[in-house]
Amino acid sequence: MRTVALILAIVTGLIVLVGYFVPALAPIEQTVLNWAIILAGTAAIVGVFNLVLVHGNKIAQREKGGIYSAILLLCLFATFVFGLVLGPDHPGMRLLVNGVIVPVEATLMALLAVTLLYASIRLLRRRANAMSIVFLSTALLMMIASATLPFGEIGALNNFLRPWFQHVLALGGARGILLGVALGTLTTGLRVLLGSERPYGGK
Amino acid sequence: MSLSSLLALALIGISAILLLILSRLQRKAPPKVRAIPALTRLYRAIGLSVEDGTRLLIGLGNTSLLTGNAGAPLAGLAVLRHLTERTSLSDRPPVAVAGEAPLALLAQDTLEAGYQSAGAGEFYQPTTGRVTGLTPFSSAAGTIPIMHDENVSAAIFMGHYGIEAALLADAAERGNAFAVGASDDLAGQAIWYASAPETLIGEELFAASAYIGATPSQTASLTVQDILRWLIIVALVVGAGAKLVGLF
Repeated sequence: MRTVALILAIVTGLIVLVGYFVPALAPIEQTVLNWAIILAGTAAIVGVFNLVLVHGNKIAQREKGGIYSAILLLCLFATFVFGLVLGPDHPGMRLLVNGVIVPVEATLMALLAVTLLYASIRLLRRRANAMSIVFLSTALLMMIASATLPFGEIGALNNFLRPWFQHVLALGGARGILLGVALGTLTTGLRVLLGSERPYGGK
Repeated sequence: MSLSSLLALALIGISAILLLILSRLQRKAPPKVRAIPALTRLYRAIGLSVEDGTRLLIGLGNTSLLTGNAGAPLAGLAVLRHLTERTSLSDRPPVAVAGEAPLALLAQDTLEAGYQSAGAGEFYQPTTGRVTGLTPFSSAAGTIPIMHDENVSAAIFMGHYGIEAALLADAAERGNAFAVGASDDLAGQAIWYASAPETLIGEELFAASAYIGATPSQTASLTVQDILRWLIIVALVVGAGAKLVGLF
């Protein structure tokens, strides 16, 4: 079974890879990708079952925070039932998304401002080295340069220093990091494609 | 086929050949690698976690495996495999969390394989591979209670993380858990650097599995990355020189 999974993974991986370069294989590549999308959709349903199982266990075993698990499951089932009955395009369903999910995510986003401020203070306490000071000074400088100040913008910062930092230092560093990430992605992908690493089917 | 496609195909082909050859060569004599302080401390934290019977949390991020960012979670899965083998006999099994259902399924499969490999297949619990949410923030919000309630002493986040990483690092800090953060996203990396005790920058994310449980193919991939990096450096310098003298 594991050998079959390995062969299937390598063959489909190769088809998708070669499909990028050989136009004749593009329709097969597209079909394989469509299958992958369907499988990902099915996996999402399995994922929801996993969520129900984990939180169901938490409630059954009266673990700490079980009440939140109960609320989560209640909301999950209610949304599921409403979605089935009303359909995803119904104004009520849209209201549910726009009135609950979007504001909750926006609140978490707003929390980030406080969290990051606190993190930057902790950074100096935890790692008081030259790089931390450079990191925080640059962040502060960029914020001052981008902010709308009561007495107007600081010309030298906004017109010279900020663009220079952004387009020379930051862009150069970012490209270096992204090249490293791209090479890492390439070799990780190849290890999976060659079957030396199998995050599927176990071994 | 365009020139850039040919170059890309050649790069992939050369990398694959190098990977195969070096995997064979390095089976006998693995290369020496530079020390990465974050991974040294992680190694120590894993040992402590097993000793005092606390839990290890491994986050795999929230990107789809069908996108170009799939490399980061795959690297995270390789780390998960090694960590599971090392900690499967701990009092509290490691928990893997993901913000994507297919990724959580792969995490479950990897956890099971790790337990079996350690000869402890009967201890594997499917609920240790979890989906915590299907958006970046909901996934982070679902991970935070695990750190608070399940006696987590070390949290390793290796995958595609964006700005929501700050919430996770903050939760780890509040729970007195050792945290290592790594992301393939630039904003995520900056956030991890500012808020996590230890950070892996850039390609260090992809090197982590080779440092934790070096298999020949993983150490070979580090050498391949180094060779390709030098090729890119030479190409950049030659290109800049050619542009300077007016060849392009």
